[in-house]
Amino acid sequence: MTLNFIYMNGYGVYVLSSFLFTLICFAGLYLATRAQLIKEQNKFYVKFGELNSDQIQEAKKQKIYKEIIATETFSKI
Amino acid sequence: MNFIKKYEFSFVQKSQRIVLFLFLIILILGLLEALVLSPEDYLQGDSVRIMYVHVPSAWISLGIFSLMALLSVMVFIFKNKFFFLIAKSLAPSGFVFSLIALVTGSIWGKPTWGTWWAWDARITSMLILCIFYLMYLITWRIFENKDYVYKVTSIIAILGVINIPIIKFSVDWWSTLHQPSSVNILAKTTIHSSMLIPLVIMTAAFALFSLLIFLMKYNTELIKIKNKGLNRL
Repeated sequence: MTLNFIYMNGYGVYVLSSFLFTLICFAGLYLATRAQLIKEQNKFYVKFGELNSDQIQEAKKQKIYKEIIATETFSKI
Repeated sequence: MNFIKKYEFSFVQKSQRIVLFLFLIILILGLLEALVLSPEDYLQGDSVRIMYVHVPSAWISLGIFSLMALLSVMVFIFKNKFFFLIAKSLAPSGFVFSLIALVTGSIWGKPTWGTWWAWDARITSMLILCIFYLMYLITWRIFENKDYVYKVTSIIAILGVINIPIIKFSVDWWSTLHQPSSVNILAKTTIHSSMLIPLVIMTAAFALFSLLIFLMKYNTELIKIKNKGLNRL
């Protein structure tokens, strides 16, 4: 049964390698994107930790960073 | 520290977990259907199972690029840079799907056509799409902090979208190794339901995966902006 599944009448090597390649691509893309996200989150925590009380108050006034996107010039995004 | 939590887009983060969970469930179901339950083809035998990763990848890569081009046009119409962020976040998954479509298509070509590669209209136009994705991503990587990166990436997306109808209709316009499409929205679908069901399930799983990557990438881009915002305080 298992051997039949792997062999697939001679097509197993083609079918399973296609599925394996797809899953490897998925895992690679997911891990790379996740690593990038965690890196940026850590940067944010470090930067926020370095702010003094005035800067924290200033930061609190910024409602949501979507506003930054709407108001900044292209070059500053 | 509580304030930091406010900065986080909790909706985006929560939705990532939900999408990941749904993706894994549907992927397992799709793999079971594609590799075990679906029948072999009377002509191609078990090699037809490659279709369940090849076709959804091609559909999604085409869909994502079309969406990126639409968003690029919308930037010029509505003058909202928010669309750039969405297009940029969509590109990595689109590129990976176009790569999967090319590689699995090449693997499928060997037992079916007897060759790994042919300069067939559909394959060549799909390769061009992959190159456009690559150009788009490289442009962002190289010119991230330059003013003109938005214009250049928009031009790439808008020029690249010309290739989308060529990919779609290449099998009708030219004599190619590819068969005409079996799954049609407007015309009759010629694929049997026992093969259509796993194809739809795998397409749903792949669409969820691209949504997951989009959410993660989009969240990353937002945090980058937050970081730049903190630098200016």
